[in-house]
Amino acid sequence: MLIKGLSLKERIYFYKKFVLKTILSKEQLALTIKRLAHQILENHPSLEHTVIIGLQPRGIFLSDRIVKELEKLVPTTAIQYGKLDITFYRDDVRKSLHIASNTDIPFSIENKRVILVDDVLYTGRTIRAALDALLDFGRPSKVALCVLVDRRFSRELPIQPDYLGKAIDTIYSQRVTVLWKENDDSEQVMLLDN
Amino acid sequence: MKLSTKHLLGIKHLTPEDIQLILSTAEQFKEVLQRPVKKVPSLRDVTIVNLFYENSTRTRMSFELAERRLSADTLNFTASSSSAAKGETLLDTVNNILSMKVDMVVMRHSASGAPHFLAKHIPAAIVNAGDGINEHPTQALLDAFSMKEKLGRLAGLKVAIIGDIMHSRVALSNMYLLQKMGAEVTVAGPPTLIPKYISEALGVRVEYNLKKALQWCDVANVLRIQLERQNQPLFSSLREYSLAYGINRRLLDSLGKDIVIMHPGPINRGVELDSDVADGGSSIILNQVENGVAVRMAVLYLLANREN
Repeated sequence: MLIKGLSLKERIYFYKKFVLKTILSKEQLALTIKRLAHQILENHPSLEHTVIIGLQPRGIFLSDRIVKELEKLVPTTAIQYGKLDITFYRDDVRKSLHIASNTDIPFSIENKRVILVDDVLYTGRTIRAALDALLDFGRPSKVALCVLVDRRFSRELPIQPDYLGKAIDTIYSQRVTVLWKENDDSEQVMLLDN
Repeated sequence: MKLSTKHLLGIKHLTPEDIQLILSTAEQFKEVLQRPVKKVPSLRDVTIVNLFYENSTRTRMSFELAERRLSADTLNFTASSSSAAKGETLLDTVNNILSMKVDMVVMRHSASGAPHFLAKHIPAAIVNAGDGINEHPTQALLDAFSMKEKLGRLAGLKVAIIGDIMHSRVALSNMYLLQKMGAEVTVAGPPTLIPKYISEALGVRVEYNLKKALQWCDVANVLRIQLERQNQPLFSSLREYSLAYGINRRLLDSLGKDIVIMHPGPINRGVELDSDVADGGSSIILNQVENGVAVRMAVLYLLANREN
């Protein structure tokens, strides 16, 4: 189920065959991201002790957008924004080979309020690994989780989002894909059938 | 994407994609080594034995550090203080170690092909840490990583390998790797230390004049004169070698261009390299050592994957 690397023609064929429905359209996605940025600002009025950490690889597209929105809302504040790859902390690291992406956290997270950002929350295992990885960079005063889509009732660990785009009910064989125009030409959230 | 091989026996059998994968994974591990906690839990269920039948400081410490920073359990074996001194065979020793549930073997041996022999007879993944005068793959990988880090690329680079080409496993691994990645290689040294037909066999240029080799290259990888591997004297004295093939500041200044100086260590100061060059601004010798840990972490991480 790799969308990246397919030609446009192949993608159209692929979507027709597997798409069950569109969860968020392009317009809804833009509104949702705006809302998430406002909610973050509501809880972190100054952003001075707040850092945004996007999770590699697919959470980065969302965190990029949220940071852009926050910059529009508070143009005078320099937002501390980092990227974290959790490959080496996965609990299934040796079952199959995972290729790591860049980690770039150019500031201390000691005593900061961290907001982790990822696109889809499913079993919770990625976030578990992210918490482990994060703590190797220091001791934040608080860690919150921001996700675009929450696949409810499929959690394998006790992890819940603090900032949520949309919650949906799915079954195991289905798959949620978020497409971003920077990477996938199209921009929407889709429910696919495997 | 994964490695095309189950063991790292030499560069000879790696594809350019394998090399690229190891180098890009090493970049991520280099970042891990800058963190406040320089350790990841990836291999915490893996046990690795370091089997050293030959002396080593850098390589062994570097492997051990890499293993620990991946959270693997490590065992150390030194031939001189073990049953090998009582006459136990290599295969017996390794089988005994493996029966204690060891997953990977890092091995250095003075016999060329020893890790290849082991790979045929045991189920564990094997990493060659230097076998006789054959290969030293992780050294070539860390050399390539350091060159790429310093100069931004490997393809099109001109690299001179200088010194005892005949007895050097570092030289052979470097020749394979650099040419696979699109770099040009010249070997330079006295005729007695360069094998006949090397350019026909390996596609490298041969140069007997040190200054010409240095003027041609972007990077000079200077090798140690390995007195312990020479059964017969191949040059009349160290002083004579140093006069003809030793690199000093005056020689570098006379080139009219900047080149990068590398050395796999240990340095014979005043023989192949003068101190003012080894410790000077164009030397990346200590970066090589630093990068060695990240590169070895990448190799162990990629080989430990159960899909292999």
